[in-house]
This record gives sequence, C-alpha cells and structure tokens, in this order.
Amino acid sequence: MKYVDEFRDPLAAKALLREIDAASVRLGASADRPIQIMEVCGGHTHAIFRYALKDLIPPAIEFVHGPGCPVCVLPMGRVDDAIAIAQQPGVIFTTFGDAMRVPGSKASLLQARAEGADVRMVYSPLDALALAAANPDRHVVFFALGFETTMPSTALTVLEAERRGIGNFSLFCNHITIVPTLRAILDAPQMGIAGFIGPGHVAMIIGTAPFEFIAQHYRRPLVVSGFEPTDLLQSLLMVLRQIEQGRAEIENQYARLVDARGNAVAQAAIARVFELRDRFEWRGLGSIEHSGVRMCEAYARFDAERLFALSAARVADPPGCQCAEVLTGAIKPRQCRVFGNACTPQTPLGALMVSSEGACAAYYQFARREPAALS
Amino acid sequence: MSSRWQGQRIAMAHGAGGRAMHELIREVIAPAFDNEWLAPLEDQARLPYGLIPPGAQLAFTTDSYVVSPLVFAGGDIGTLAVCGTVNDLAVGGATPRWLSCGLILEEGLAIETLLQVLASMARCAREAGVAIVTGDTKVVERGAADGLFINTAGIGTIPAGRCTGPQAVRAGDRLLINGCLGEHGIAVLAARNDLALQIPVRSDCAPLGGLVDAMFAAVPGDARLRWLRDCTRGGLATVVNEFAREGRLQIRLEEAALPHSDAVRGACEILGLDMLYLANEGKLAAIVAPEHCDAVLAAMRAHPLGRAAAVVGEVLADGQPGLVTLRSAFGGERVVDLLQGDQLPRIC
Repeated sequence: MKYVDEFRDPLAAKALLREIDAASVRLGASADRPIQIMEVCGGHTHAIFRYALKDLIPPAIEFVHGPGCPVCVLPMGRVDDAIAIAQQPGVIFTTFGDAMRVPGSKASLLQARAEGADVRMVYSPLDALALAAANPDRHVVFFALGFETTMPSTALTVLEAERRGIGNFSLFCNHITIVPTLRAILDAPQMGIAGFIGPGHVAMIIGTAPFEFIAQHYRRPLVVSGFEPTDLLQSLLMVLRQIEQGRAEIENQYARLVDARGNAVAQAAIARVFELRDRFEWRGLGSIEHSGVRMCEAYARFDAERLFALSAARVADPPGCQCAEVLTGAIKPRQCRVFGNACTPQTPLGALMVSSEGACAAYYQFARREPAALS
Repeated sequence: MSSRWQGQRIAMAHGAGGRAMHELIREVIAPAFDNEWLAPLEDQARLPYGLIPPGAQLAFTTDSYVVSPLVFAGGDIGTLAVCGTVNDLAVGGATPRWLSCGLILEEGLAIETLLQVLASMARCAREAGVAIVTGDTKVVERGAADGLFINTAGIGTIPAGRCTGPQAVRAGDRLLINGCLGEHGIAVLAARNDLALQIPVRSDCAPLGGLVDAMFAAVPGDARLRWLRDCTRGGLATVVNEFAREGRLQIRLEEAALPHSDAVRGACEILGLDMLYLANEGKLAAIVAPEHCDAVLAAMRAHPLGRAAAVVGEVLADGQPGLVTLRSAFGGERVVDLLQGDQLPRIC
C-alpha cells in the first residue's frame, strides 16, 4: 500500500538496526547498564509493540514508555464527573471509543451506559455537533480528550457551533499539554533518561520550538518522530548519534509532516477557545502546573464544566500502583507490584493498563510472557 | 406476494396469533422458503430419518443475528442468518441440510425490508443446499428490538470419517485461511451512517459447505484435516487463540502471509483497528497435517471461495501451550491475545 509500505520495509529496517547496534556498542552500553530512551507518545508505544521493535533493538537500549497516552492519564475523578454528566436527564454524552472503558472510581462510561445513561461513541467532535443539531430537545456533551493533536478539532467544533447557533452542545474539556509534564519527568529525582523520541502529531500542531528547553536546559537530545517502524528506528538512531557526538538538540525526523513553527491555523483556533489551567491532575503523576486547558470565558456557554454542577472531587490513585516509577523509567511494567495480578486490562488499577497505548497494557497484550526480571 | 403488502409496516397484530399473523406467514414468509417440509405449516417439520447413513453423525447448532444496520454492502441480516448457521455446521465436517427460522420483528418494520431479508435467506439457502423447514414469528413493541432479529438453528449430517477437533492437532501442523481478512467487519462499519468514510468493501458473507467438501475430498482419510473453525466475531485472532488453548500448543502467525485487501487495510490504518480481530462471515481457519498442506491449499484455491487461500501460521513444537504469536515482516514477534471486549477505535 502506497505511503505505508515504504515505511515498513524490512530491508530498510535491517539496515537501521545494524547502525543502531553499532552505535550502542560504541557508546559502551550493555544489557546491565542500558541506555534509556523515552518515547513520549502513546502512538509510538503502540507501534513499538505492534512491530515488536523491542525484540529487534540491542538489549543495551531500553525504551521507556512515556506519559503520552491521553486516555491513560485521565484521572478517575474526571471519569466520575463524565459519568455524572452522562447520567443527567436529557443528556447525550459522546466520546471517542477508547475512553469508554476507562475506569472511574466506581464505573466506566461503558458500565454507565449499561445502567441507562445515553453514552454514544463518535469518531469526531463534528459527529457530536451533528447529533446536537439533529436532537434540539437534548443536550449533547462531547468528552474532549487528548493533547494538542486533538485540541484543534474540538476548538473548531466549538467555533462551528457558535457560527451555526447550536446552543444544545458543550464540551467536557480534559485536554492536556505535554510540555509541562516532560519538565516534571525531567525534574524527577531518579531520572535516568538519556534522550527522547518526540511526539510527531503534537509537534505537527505546536512545532518543534516548544521542546527546545529539553536540549538547552536539561542537555538531552529529542528527535520528533513519525509513527511507522522505520520512522522510529531512524529517530532512535538520530538520538544515539547525538549522544555519541555529545550533542543535545531538537531534531525533526518527521519532516514530511512537521514544520518547526507548527500549524498556525490550528494554534489560532486553540488560542481562541482554550486557556491554560493553573494545574491539572494526571493519573499516575499527580497534579502538574499548567498541564491542562479549559474553555475561555468567551465560550463559557459551551463549557460543560460550567453548565453542570460537578463534584470535581480528587480521587487518589489506588494504593500499590507504581505508574510514576514506570513513567520515569525507574522500573519496567513487569516489575510493578500489581502488574498482571491485581492490575490487568480487564481490571486496570493504574493509568498505564487502561488503554492499548498504555505501556503496561501494551506489555500485557503484546509482549512475550517471560518471567519478571529481577530489579 | 400480492401488491397489498407494498408500503405496509409490521403491526402488533402480525404477532397476535389471529388473521393478520396467518396472512403474514402464508403470504409473505412461507412462499419465500417454499419446500416440501415447510409446506404443511404444521407445528414441526417432519424430516426423513433414512437420509442419515450408518456411521454418520448428526450436527446441530443455533445462532442469533442482531446486526445493525440490517442491510450492508454484500449482504443483509438474512444472508448472515443462513450463512452463519450453515458455516457452523460445515466447519464441523457436516453437510448442512435443514434450518429453522425464528423472526423477532419490531413493530413498524417496513414489509419491504422483511421481504428483502427473506429473499436473501431463500437465495443463500439455495446456494448452500439447505431447506428452511420450520419457523416462528414474534412481534415486539417499537423500541423493544432493532428492526429485526433472527434466530436460525440448523441440522446437518457428518459423513463417516470426518473427525476433527483439538485432540487431532500436532506440532508442525499448518494453519490455513481461505481468503482476505476483515471484509465483513469493515462493510458493516462502513454501512453505519456515523462514519464519514466511503470504503469500497463488501461483506464476505458466503456459505462454506462446498469449500469444506472440496477440502475433505482432497485428503480423504482420518485426521488429515485436523480442525476447522469459521472466523466470525473476534476474527482470525480469536479462533487461533481457541485453537491454541484447546489444543494446548503454541501457534505462530506470519504477518506477511495474511491475505487482505488494500481497502480493508486502509480502513484499519485510518481507524486504528487490527484486521486480525475484525469479523468475517465467509472465512474459515483450518489446521492441516503438514504433509497434506499443499493438497488442501490447492483444493481451496481451486474453489471460488478459496482463491486467496494461504498458509498463515504453524503449530510450534517447543512453544508455550495456549499462546498465539505473530512474527512481523522484520522478524520481531509479539503476542496476539484475546480481546477484552469490542475493538474500540483509538483516539489519535
């Protein structure tokens, strides 16, 4: 298939793997003292497992799976609030498919639907707006999730609702922004990450400049990467070369889509509709300053958080969860106390087991079930 | 059918046991399925016992069909209701013979839709060589069903010598499939109005009895065809997991060998779906003794429903019992597990 197979070419992958292997030898890394490279984005984690790249790279290199799975890091209190909205009489609650199974403190949206709430899966916020137009006697709420990748489409949907005068539509805004969270990870005391594979689709919107602080302040290389297997291998090689040459720069492997300045139209739509929150709660990572957005005052009438009386209760992560340690590379998913016993994809306790893009779910789903390595 | 049914809709009276129900059955339903066993319209079909030869077995199965929307590219709920039950019989080595048809109709269903579905059932039954010999009709109030639900039960006869099952599987056996993955799943997804994608995919819905006969005929003798299953809900991945668990062996799939169309693959790439888990309605997976693999593959490819047949995996000698893995084109290997529930599209 054109534009896909070129990026999954086994010969190209083998050539890249040979160079990665040579670079890791030159760097003096070993399986006992591996070089840790974090792939920030959940889409990258998914691709690494789908193509079994972990088995192909030398054991001297270890992927640390980052916090870039928006479904995973959604805190339980926000899911509880989503369910409370969905249970209001007259509400049609719309959501992307993979948010349906995310557990709140008592139930998931899927369970709430079974108990009578009108919860519907949509593929785009515009589908939710179309539902609102078709059901003027109901109020349609869209569960807005994701990083800058999905923010423009929700922002444009709100602008479209305003233009068409559709008043029975609102957003429950849970959009988050990755940069402050990367800073929090880099500030963590056990931080051993030597370089980053940067989120390609977030960078497509915001550009590469917002990542410069990682190179300049923390002296770590970051390579913005595409999502195909050869993209990831090439990006990994670019990170290793920077380490080898003592450089710390922001490089762009995904130049076929990402521009240094990002997408100005998308940025303008985001800036018009959303503003930074003081703090936002991340499942597994706690409350992080300036890491989420909410709707501006000008669009208050489309803001479900203002329209519905929500408890906004903070629900603590379950005891036993070691998500934060997995996210900073201190332990591997399988070394977590609850992995595979109390915490499984069927009964996820921690953020990273929730969605197929979460590191723990990916391990559980795709990785060989070898015995847990001793830490 | 007289023209007086045109433009009519199902009413509660059509299930009430009185004149309206009798007219619906005698004028709409029974004529569609016309055969000697159904014709008396007794409370039961009376079937000739002598048709079952000595040494043969009876196969008996049932399935309910609740697809939404009722009509999609390549089929409708009627084609599913016949093919699904016929295929459940066929993959047991049975020659499908008789079906029942239980209809649950929602008040307000257009009679035209019912007629279209019944015509599809009749056409599929003819193709599959089965007769629909008994049935039942119920009507439920508007809102209590999604237009039309169908249950079919089926009886078939298994000729002597066709013995398949998990006990027959051995290390080194090959895994075969008769064609492209995921066409039914994508066709139904594309038919739902909520997806603004034009995907040129038709459901693969088809009765597999003829193909199964051709496969058995290619390798006469016990346990050469080890085990057959049709890959419906949950797709190939789910069936192969059942093979591995029941057979207590590891099976490894080869990603590069999986037959698929670009249209299905493209839809999967866009929606974040895995075609291994997509539903099929005209696909079977077969475990075959290695020395007979070529003969079975040739027989499949010679049949219209097996032209894209391929060897897609192998039962491993030293694997982990119950495990299914997939080797990617680069040589990496990952676990292919059962899904937790429905496959949900990913956010981004």
